[in-house]
Amino acid sequence: MSPLLDVRHLRVTFTTDGGPVTAVHDVSFAVQPGEVLAVVGESGSGKSVSLLSVLGLVDRRRTVVEGEATFRGEPILGLSERALRRIRGRDIALISQDPMTALTPVHRIGDQIAEQIRAHERVSRHAARDRTVALLRDVNIPMPERAVDRYPHELSGGMRQRAVIAMALSCNPALLVADEPTTALDTTVQAQVLDMLRRLSAQHGSSVVLITHDMGVVAEMATRVAVMYAGRIVETGTVAELFDDPWHPYTWGLLDSIPPLTGPRPRRLPSIAGMPPPPGRTEPGCPFAPRCRAAMPICRLPPPEQVAGGHRALCVLDAPTRAALRPPRVAA
Amino acid sequence: MLATVVARLVQMAFVMFGISVLVFLIFFATPGSDPAARIAGRNASPETVEQIRHDFGFDRPLPVQYVVMMKRLFVTRDLTSFVNRGQKVIPEVLDAIPATLSLVGGAAVLWVLGSLAVGVAAAALRDTAVDRGLMILSLIGISAPVFWLGEVANLLSQSRYHDTWLFSWVPGLGYVPLSESVSGWFKALVIPWITLAVLYIGIYGRVLRANLIEAYSEDYIRTARAKGLSPTRIMLRHALRTSLLPFITMFGLDFGALVGGAALLTEVVFGINGIGRLTFHALQNLDLPVILATVIYASFFVVAANALVDVLYAVIDPRVRA
Amino acid sequence: MTAAPLIEARALTREFVLRRSWVPGSGQTLRAVDRVDLAVHKGETLGLVGESGSGKSTLGRCLTRLIETTDGAVVFDGQDVTRLGTRGLRPFRRSVQMIFQDPSSSLNPRRRVGDILSEPLAIHSIHPAREIPGRLRELMDLVGLPAAALDRFPHEFSGGQRQRIGIARALAMEPRLIVADEPVSALDVSVQAQVVNLFADLRERLSLTYLFIAHDLGVVRQVSTRVAIMYLGSVMETGGTDTIFDAPAHPYTEALLSAIPVPVADPAARRRRIILKGEIPNAANPPKGCKFVTRCPYAQDLCRAERPALRPLADGRLVACHFPPS
Repeated sequence: MSPLLDVRHLRVTFTTDGGPVTAVHDVSFAVQPGEVLAVVGESGSGKSVSLLSVLGLVDRRRTVVEGEATFRGEPILGLSERALRRIRGRDIALISQDPMTALTPVHRIGDQIAEQIRAHERVSRHAARDRTVALLRDVNIPMPERAVDRYPHELSGGMRQRAVIAMALSCNPALLVADEPTTALDTTVQAQVLDMLRRLSAQHGSSVVLITHDMGVVAEMATRVAVMYAGRIVETGTVAELFDDPWHPYTWGLLDSIPPLTGPRPRRLPSIAGMPPPPGRTEPGCPFAPRCRAAMPICRLPPPEQVAGGHRALCVLDAPTRAALRPPRVAA
Repeated sequence: MLATVVARLVQMAFVMFGISVLVFLIFFATPGSDPAARIAGRNASPETVEQIRHDFGFDRPLPVQYVVMMKRLFVTRDLTSFVNRGQKVIPEVLDAIPATLSLVGGAAVLWVLGSLAVGVAAAALRDTAVDRGLMILSLIGISAPVFWLGEVANLLSQSRYHDTWLFSWVPGLGYVPLSESVSGWFKALVIPWITLAVLYIGIYGRVLRANLIEAYSEDYIRTARAKGLSPTRIMLRHALRTSLLPFITMFGLDFGALVGGAALLTEVVFGINGIGRLTFHALQNLDLPVILATVIYASFFVVAANALVDVLYAVIDPRVRA
Repeated sequence: MTAAPLIEARALTREFVLRRSWVPGSGQTLRAVDRVDLAVHKGETLGLVGESGSGKSTLGRCLTRLIETTDGAVVFDGQDVTRLGTRGLRPFRRSVQMIFQDPSSSLNPRRRVGDILSEPLAIHSIHPAREIPGRLRELMDLVGLPAAALDRFPHEFSGGQRQRIGIARALAMEPRLIVADEPVSALDVSVQAQVVNLFADLRERLSLTYLFIAHDLGVVRQVSTRVAIMYLGSVMETGGTDTIFDAPAHPYTEALLSAIPVPVADPAARRRRIILKGEIPNAANPPKGCKFVTRCPYAQDLCRAERPALRPLADGRLVACHFPPS
């Protein structure tokens, strides 16, 4: 099966007052039809920038995007704004993090959704409105016939995020890019929204790229995971591979530093010392080496890629060394 | 909604009452000055002064004086100027209103359209030569004093090039009432309109550009782009609409002040007998009744314009409506 | 509970006026904290948990006298401090320190870290002037920052380091109680773990008492000895951390715990997910009866009619539910 979105050697550089800063280094990933790929990382890891630059949603005048990317086999990087416009919203839709700011405050929810439908399809105002009501019903917004005429500020955060999701699904996109879709929501509301997102993306046959920092959300939602650190994908694999046998010490750190909800409580949480490197770092070696408890002199050279099937990691450690170094996981 | 409008009207009446009291106190109840003598004018006979004192009730308590004054101003409308004795104040103000409204209204249309064009173009073509050029032109427009601009316009259109094809249509200075001749009205005012509007196009254009650029960094603009909308639609429907609030606030204040007499310099330069000029002459001659009338009139426009701004706010931004 | 309460909320109520009205009774008020009784005992860490609108931050601010209390009392170390004025409050202000979510907004960007930290020392004249430099280095050491950090400005630090500075400033006063309001929720996971560990270390070294307000249940479980779960201004359940996390008694606690995505690949290792219906009701217009009744999967007629009081269960915890599991 050929991938829906195939990104190779993506490199994103911002021009800043202090000179060029490379936010994404040589990132490659592919999204297969029907799968949910989670891109995980902390703030500044380049996870959002990677996806937004493929969609041409970064500031073009201040950003250099290099590499190759194809969508349904056709190149997508470097397309004109006009050509991208036909893809955005129709074939690839975006759900952004903060539902409070993602909708234009002065227009009704329904108008904003219908506007997207009418931008891509020749349908009457009336038909677009009917479809909007149906979409709002699908995302479990109560009384959708009335909700279409509401303004964003009249809805709660959870309801707004539902409206944003309805909008993203409105043209049956092949790919949904969800950028921290539940980070701004309360826990009980997050559970509702994730549940709905999973159900609807399956129903619409959309693949999903889920950008998140929450390993719990990854485990619940994703089929495959890519872990980003300092602008690179340091490890990628299926959810089972990554959670049960993580290769990269950064992935260990991410998993182990989450306080467990059951079982014995460790006196201290395993944590990663130090902090992420500033953007624009240029040393060739492993970017995680300064914080890595397994770092060796060889880590000052560019790390090799280890591959076993779909599981890959940018790290020199072999299986026995990993087993010896990783602290036993506190029983979950 | 109706309750809001009524509350707003009551508020307006209250503000205007406050202003009239304040103006009255400043001009007629300042300790150490005799308003009767001032109304009587220079070299008035003691009998006249006494007569005025009695007529205006200056020998009675302050609240009574205020009521008498307001009655003569609004009810009997027979308050007279003391510089041009016998000249009734109210008709004088009413006569000046059409000229000022024509001048400011026309200029406002120009400056709203002009600054929308400048702001939108500059923001859309941000950081290009067009943007920089427009911003420099705006700055020049802001810096050019209106009296200088007006005199240059007069110099070119009235004398230097008056006989060329370019300016031969320009009538002499002064106001032509709309009821007299529509084309005459337009011809007489078109150059004053442009002169008055230049400053405001500059200010509003720059402010609008800044607001638009701020709006473009908002999440909802990214959402709009991710929806696949055209740049024009994003600009006009999503960015411009939310950027108009400060624009409208400024417009309310400026329009109210200009109609209230702040277009004085333009009126003087182009010989238009409007409120500005009327106030100016009244101040020069300390013509208290006229000053009182024009200040209350001006306050009416400022307050009314601001009320209108509030209504426009609610039309543009649903968040204000609640 | 053997230790005496260090700080106590007694029937504490805080209302906010949403809309004033000239007609009495027609204005709208929001009861953010609704007659809450809660005590933090010496040496313990009480984790205060809740979603938006639960009133947890408002309660924290009332307890620290950062905002006024509408009704009820704040009792600190046996003394009612609810109505004390500025002068009478001085010892309290020193003993109770607050740490916020975003330290950068509470650190003056134009002053060096050393100046920020020494100011409260000087104001409360805690140390003679000559001892201040030594004390500052000690504080830096306590929070795990190099002494060189004293000469730098807040913006030169990362989020995690700024939070350490915020903690150092609170510690400078040698407080007995620290009220931390979402102190780690703005931090990335790896840095969050460092700061959570720092809180634990400090409690041991300085025998501190914490009121730890957070929405992240994992973090709360890690740091707390006891927890209280709030919903719409009321405490729904409170008790020992393990008691509650191992077997939640209130349906809301149960749903809240089950709603957290667990970072485990095997679906069998997860709790049974309870997805609640509907949204958190508007705090200005809470449901009649039990506040959770609109979303509770087990709601019955009694729940709609009568608001349950906090009642003790056999294991010592308190639950505000008409039908707790027996």
